[in-house]
Amino acid sequence: MREETTTIYLGPQHPGITGNMMIKLQVKGDTVMKAETHIGYLHRGFEKLMERRNWLQSFTIVCRICVPEPDPNEENYSRAVEEIEGREVPERAKYIRVMVLELARIASYLLWYGGQNGSAGLYTMGQWSVGDRNYILDLFEELTGGRVYHMYIWPGGVRRDLPEGFADKVLKTMDYLEKRLDEYDKLMFENSIFQKRAQGVGIIDPAKAIEWGVVGPPLRGCGIQSDVRKDDPYEVYDKLDFEVPKIEGQSDVWARALVRRFEIRESIKIIRQVIEKMPTGEVYNKVPNPMKWIVPKGDAYVKTESARGEFGYYMVSDGSDKPRRVHVKGPAYVHGISLLENLLVGENIADVSFIMNSLGTCPPEMER
Amino acid sequence: MGFFDLKGLLSPLTGLQQFGRKPHTLTYTKEAADRYRGLHYNKLDQCIGCGNCSTICMNEAIDMIHIEGIEGSKGDSGLRPRVDNGRCCWCALCVEVCPTGSLNLTKDFIYVTDDADSFLWTPGKSNPDAEEKISFHSDVDTSLSMYQRVPMREMDGMERIESFAEVVLGYNDEEARAEAQRCISCSLCTEVCPDHMHIPEYINAIARGENEEAIRIIYDNNPLPEMCGKVCTRRCEDVCAIAVRGEPVAIRWLKRYATEQAKTADMIKEIVNPKIEEPNGKKVGIIGAGPSGLTAGYYLALRGFDVTIYEAKSHGGGMTFYGIPKYRLPYESINKQVEYLQKIGVKINFNTRVGKDIQFEEIYNQYDAVFIGIGFEKPWTLGMKGEDLNGSMQAVKFLEIINEGGTVDIGKHVVVVGGGNVAIDAARVAKRLGADVDIVYRRRVQDMPADWEEIEGAEDEGVNIIPQGIPIEVLGDKNGKVKAFRYAKAEMVPDPKGGRPRPQQIEGSETDIECSTVIAAIGQEADYSFFPEEIKSKINFERGRFVVNHETKQTDDPKIFAGGDAVNRTADAISAIADGFKAVKGIEKYLLG
Repeated sequence: MREETTTIYLGPQHPGITGNMMIKLQVKGDTVMKAETHIGYLHRGFEKLMERRNWLQSFTIVCRICVPEPDPNEENYSRAVEEIEGREVPERAKYIRVMVLELARIASYLLWYGGQNGSAGLYTMGQWSVGDRNYILDLFEELTGGRVYHMYIWPGGVRRDLPEGFADKVLKTMDYLEKRLDEYDKLMFENSIFQKRAQGVGIIDPAKAIEWGVVGPPLRGCGIQSDVRKDDPYEVYDKLDFEVPKIEGQSDVWARALVRRFEIRESIKIIRQVIEKMPTGEVYNKVPNPMKWIVPKGDAYVKTESARGEFGYYMVSDGSDKPRRVHVKGPAYVHGISLLENLLVGENIADVSFIMNSLGTCPPEMER
Repeated sequence: MGFFDLKGLLSPLTGLQQFGRKPHTLTYTKEAADRYRGLHYNKLDQCIGCGNCSTICMNEAIDMIHIEGIEGSKGDSGLRPRVDNGRCCWCALCVEVCPTGSLNLTKDFIYVTDDADSFLWTPGKSNPDAEEKISFHSDVDTSLSMYQRVPMREMDGMERIESFAEVVLGYNDEEARAEAQRCISCSLCTEVCPDHMHIPEYINAIARGENEEAIRIIYDNNPLPEMCGKVCTRRCEDVCAIAVRGEPVAIRWLKRYATEQAKTADMIKEIVNPKIEEPNGKKVGIIGAGPSGLTAGYYLALRGFDVTIYEAKSHGGGMTFYGIPKYRLPYESINKQVEYLQKIGVKINFNTRVGKDIQFEEIYNQYDAVFIGIGFEKPWTLGMKGEDLNGSMQAVKFLEIINEGGTVDIGKHVVVVGGGNVAIDAARVAKRLGADVDIVYRRRVQDMPADWEEIEGAEDEGVNIIPQGIPIEVLGDKNGKVKAFRYAKAEMVPDPKGGRPRPQQIEGSETDIECSTVIAAIGQEADYSFFPEEIKSKINFERGRFVVNHETKQTDDPKIFAGGDAVNRTADAISAIADGFKAVKGIEKYLLG
């Protein structure tokens, strides 16, 4: 048996990589001995760009920090500005925001279905879920004018009220999706190939999860019921009835998949409640003329539960027309670098992108 | 769950039933949603070229360019946005900040070309047929332009007529900053201001709370800004980009707010702290301490000229002092501004009428250059019967007497003839003297040349406006005292030449109003009697006004410069100030080369 290791570069162009990043693997046979995450292929300098853009212009930048789920960025940006400025948000806008965030979560999970199964060679599931995700993108298009980059949640509320008949369309899509989820189960969770691939792979030590800063589905997969929506409710989450999954098991890829399976149903539940409870009224507390809009001196840290976990923004205003500092703390920074590098050691090379997908890494969050 | 887990093997096969279903693939190309943010479309005729779209674009994808066939005009820069589709990120902030609502996004989202240059395209020109595909647009409710003006606090109508106290109370700090925030810095206003004041710059300073900086910017080309802040005809506000769909930015009130922060002449000097150049040995004589003369005097003094102004009356300010009532422009305000100019080194000889107290030749010979800013102080007469009766007078004279602190016995009922600002001033002053007042004007109310706020102010104070009334005669009693005013009703007939409709007298509609005084306010002219014939014959006049070089204000006699009402037809203070400012450059060029 040969003792020396081989170096394999996975990415930056590789179908198994979630975005433009690269993992440098040292392998011995099929076993990963060492993994190093390399980023730098996607650096657009968002945080710095925002220091040169005024408060409204910056709002159009943040959505690009996450392609599959841009809305938590918009939510964070808006909420941070509102907190520094003390700007009130109309109640209806809060409900609309929650609806958008949950739709985004579902869309993001549907994309994850594709990625998780695709990296196990189960392509049908991906075709289905991405096709169904399109229905949510259609809703976004109708609501916001954009399919992927919505630029809809902005400081003071949301950009436009719901179009006529929109709520009914959302409910119909949810009914359809709910039925489809059962079909997904048959294709994925009841599929012994997936079960065999997912169980016992990529195990996170629950004792270390918090220490490492693991959040979102990977943390809940460890059996720790942590969710910003419950722990530190924002918008109207405290008025809604939903549950955080309690997963018993091994904190492996399978456990993380179960978390998402559970949560996508909870999101549908939330959306139905939001539409039922949504009050009438204004949706936007207008900001002043954007060219002269000055946000008073101050700072704020806000966080939102994204599909990948706690998404934080630390923002500082020096009392001028531009943000002094916007610090983005995305979950992928922890998941994609320190956690992934540790998790891959000892795993089979064929499981690398499978594990990576289960963590929900997203390179633009690592290099803002 | 062993390897031969039957359920785990069969369950995925249920996916095969998908073959029996209708496919849900999207057709290419699908029609975009009603709010879709696709390619731009600009309604070229509604666009005013303010450039706000270009300013907000965070990708710098929008340039403002000239397009063939679109010329600039008042309130339209003549420029139109050109979008670089290679840089655009379809955020539609350009649409949200477009004050006119001309810029929109459409449902079009496919644009294929092998010519990279054609990625630069001009919405509306490059896609003239896209109007029906407009999707993402802004209306007054959704637009980020602030269409509502911060209301100006005023004294109540009935309280006002008790005294000559200033009607407008002014903005406080908070109101001024809020109002200043509405400005989008498009500079369309600067273009139409006769004096091209740095309007966006000082409004920006006010918005930032830097009032002293605002004052310094304002004094750069206007030494009488507080006066302008109170009574300017503000053509700037007519072309304000915000006014297309809302109320214009209160440019005048903001200037008033900023300049009022300097409460005394010393404070103005301390804040403005202008650089005064070393004396250059040249002497300039100025006739008339009105807005144009004072402006010329101030900037000449700053440039090291020895300046002396000759003023016939006892106060500086010219018609703005003697013609404008004190409830609009108080004594203290104008005296403060004149005092500041004197502190800078402008010498003013009051009570010195040229042609009487000093001869024009003397000034002409004594100084290296002469600036004439004499204004229009000789009123036109109505040219109708009964005008010489006791109790019939000219508005300019009436206002002058009142402004000097004198008294006029106008009796119980006054009729004012005319529709300009002077007529409204005379009417509102008469109201303050305790009379009932009617204004008789030839055309409709909307045709009145007076400022709409002045007209509203007069109505609030109980002045009765009789539109479409043609003056016929002033009737007197046996003692030669005015007893009534006779006018005829008029109907408006279209002007065959395409001008504004003209009043035509309706036969047999004569009406008499019983009154004690008739005040005519139909216009004024200059009094050139002080001018010696030999100099006058060298200079060209046109309709009673000097013919001057537009840029230098030089007359046909190279040593004589002129400005103000005696030069320009607009006859307002800001034009006079602009003339004075331009003459400074002309005089500098003439004397220093």
